[in-house]
Amino acid sequence: MAALLEVRELRTEFRTGAGLVRAVDGISYTVEPGETVAIVGESGSGKSVSALSILRLVPDPPGRITGGTIRFAGRDLLRLSENEMRQVRGGEIGMVFQEPMTSLNPVLTIGRQITETLEQHRAMDRASAQRRAIELLSLVGIADPERRLRQYPHMLSGGMRQRVMIAIALACEPKLIIADEPTTALDVTIQAQILELMKDLTRRLGVALVVITHNLGVVARYANRVNVMYAGRIVESGSAAAVYRTPQHPYTMALLRSVPRLDRPRRSRLDPIEGQPPDLTRLDRGCSFRPRCRFADEGCAAARPALETAGERDHLAACFRRGALLGAEAAE
Amino acid sequence: MSAAASPLLEVKGLRMHFPVTEGVLRRRKIGEVKAVDGIDFAIARGDTLGLVGESGCGKTTTGRCILRLERPTGGAILYDGIDLATVERSALRALRRRIQVVYQDPYSSLNPRMKVGEIIGEPIKVHGIERDARRRAARVAELLMLCGLDPSFADRYPHEMSGGQRQRVGIARALALEPEFIICDEAVSALDVSIQAQIVNLLEDLRERLGLTYLFIAHDLSVVRHLCHHVAVMYLGRIVETAPTDEIFDNPLHPYTQALLASVPVPDPDVEAARAFRPVTGEVPSPINPPSGCVFHPRCPIAVEGCRSARPELREVRPGHFVACSEVV
Repeated sequence: MAALLEVRELRTEFRTGAGLVRAVDGISYTVEPGETVAIVGESGSGKSVSALSILRLVPDPPGRITGGTIRFAGRDLLRLSENEMRQVRGGEIGMVFQEPMTSLNPVLTIGRQITETLEQHRAMDRASAQRRAIELLSLVGIADPERRLRQYPHMLSGGMRQRVMIAIALACEPKLIIADEPTTALDVTIQAQILELMKDLTRRLGVALVVITHNLGVVARYANRVNVMYAGRIVESGSAAAVYRTPQHPYTMALLRSVPRLDRPRRSRLDPIEGQPPDLTRLDRGCSFRPRCRFADEGCAAARPALETAGERDHLAACFRRGALLGAEAAE
Repeated sequence: MSAAASPLLEVKGLRMHFPVTEGVLRRRKIGEVKAVDGIDFAIARGDTLGLVGESGCGKTTTGRCILRLERPTGGAILYDGIDLATVERSALRALRRRIQVVYQDPYSSLNPRMKVGEIIGEPIKVHGIERDARRRAARVAELLMLCGLDPSFADRYPHEMSGGQRQRVGIARALALEPEFIICDEAVSALDVSIQAQIVNLLEDLRERLGLTYLFIAHDLSVVRHLCHHVAVMYLGRIVETAPTDEIFDNPLHPYTQALLASVPVPDPDVEAARAFRPVTGEVPSPINPPSGCVFHPRCPIAVEGCRSARPELREVRPGHFVACSEVV
């Protein structure tokens, strides 16, 4: 089966006062129909910009997509006209963002925001759009949908607003939803509700999901595959099971070790990654993780390692010592 | 309850009710937000108490009451024998040297127009501890090093630093007055996980080296478990469960605590695949019009008829383990 989304060598740059920032520096990954792929990374890793780039929502200026292709359902999104792209956004690709209060229009009712999408993309008349909106709100678990349709975003709780965002994302029966930190602003019990809802709906409706998150637990629970980003590049990629069981990049290893876990005995000290993330305006030609890496040597300064197979099929890592580090780690 | 021998801080029946008003010319009180509605806890010297709960549960308001940024509407806050809830302003100043705070957001809690050296040196100057500028600069350098930063950071502005470095400055400022008690209000919540671990270790080292006592207000349960000796779980202005850390995580008894713990996904796909999980339903009700009886009953999977009318009080069900639920035996 052909991939639903195929990102190849995508590059997005920002011109800033401090210099040129390669926020996304040549990333490639695919999403198969119906699967959930996580992009995980810390602040500044480029994970959100990579998602915005797919939707061509990077503010220009200062940002600009400078290279690569984004094939979605047989077309290169980077070659579409702005009008065609508008049909893709919210139509063929649904979007869910972190802060539902800023992504919903505060002066339009919930109902209007859903029916607007349907009228725009599906050329539905008011009455059928209204019926579909009620259906969608019930689908995302909102009780009393007729009353909610008449309400404004500020009258809803954070969790409820995120349910509305999901309803809008699903309105036009997309094949793909891109969710950027969809539950980061929510409390933990509400976060669990929203994630379970998204998992249930994407499975039931066969929608593929690209979820951008910094939460390693969320990835473990919901993703089939995971791409780990650091300093604008994907440093490790593979099935969630393989990446967590046998991480091949020192950054992934260190990241997994740095989080305290509720299911493990308490440690006397946490194992942080020392140092700071790199300044993206001052990257050299070596591996960007090198200054914080316990395994780095001179070779790591000379060239940047490419993302290549590390052991299992489909498990890739961008490290010269991939495949050889697990032993070193265990020996300590 | 958490400390046997005279605790450093003892909160008794603390209430913070905010009036809800209406009207512009004549403001009428039309209700109350019961942000904190009668809570008790104690912290022993050298201990860390984790105060956990979701937004609006009253954990931050509790911290603000202890700092006397709010004047509580009821109850007592005994700090080393002095009641902070009623103490005179003049006596408060001396007490503030002993109680400091570290906030969540090092971006908004540091003055962007001040250099790091001035930020850390200011409390030392304001409290008249060190009037000599040179000696004050030496003290700032010492504090920076204590918090794992190079003394040269004194000449930088906050925007020239990363989030983790800024939080180290926030901690150095809190330590400037040599306090004995620090309130950490979501002090590591805004940080990336790799940096979060650095700051958690720093807080732990400082507590041991300087003999500090912490009230650690947070919503991240895995960090709380790592850092705290005791934990109190708040829901809608009340403490619903409190116990020593290992006891509450190994054997959570209140249905809300159980729901909170179950909601945290573990970073391990194998563990997650094997785990049966149903999220707790519903949302936190408004503190203006909280449910009758047990405030958790509308969302509670084990609620019975009696939970609608009777408010359960905390009772000791195992040694040191207190639960406010009538259905827990």
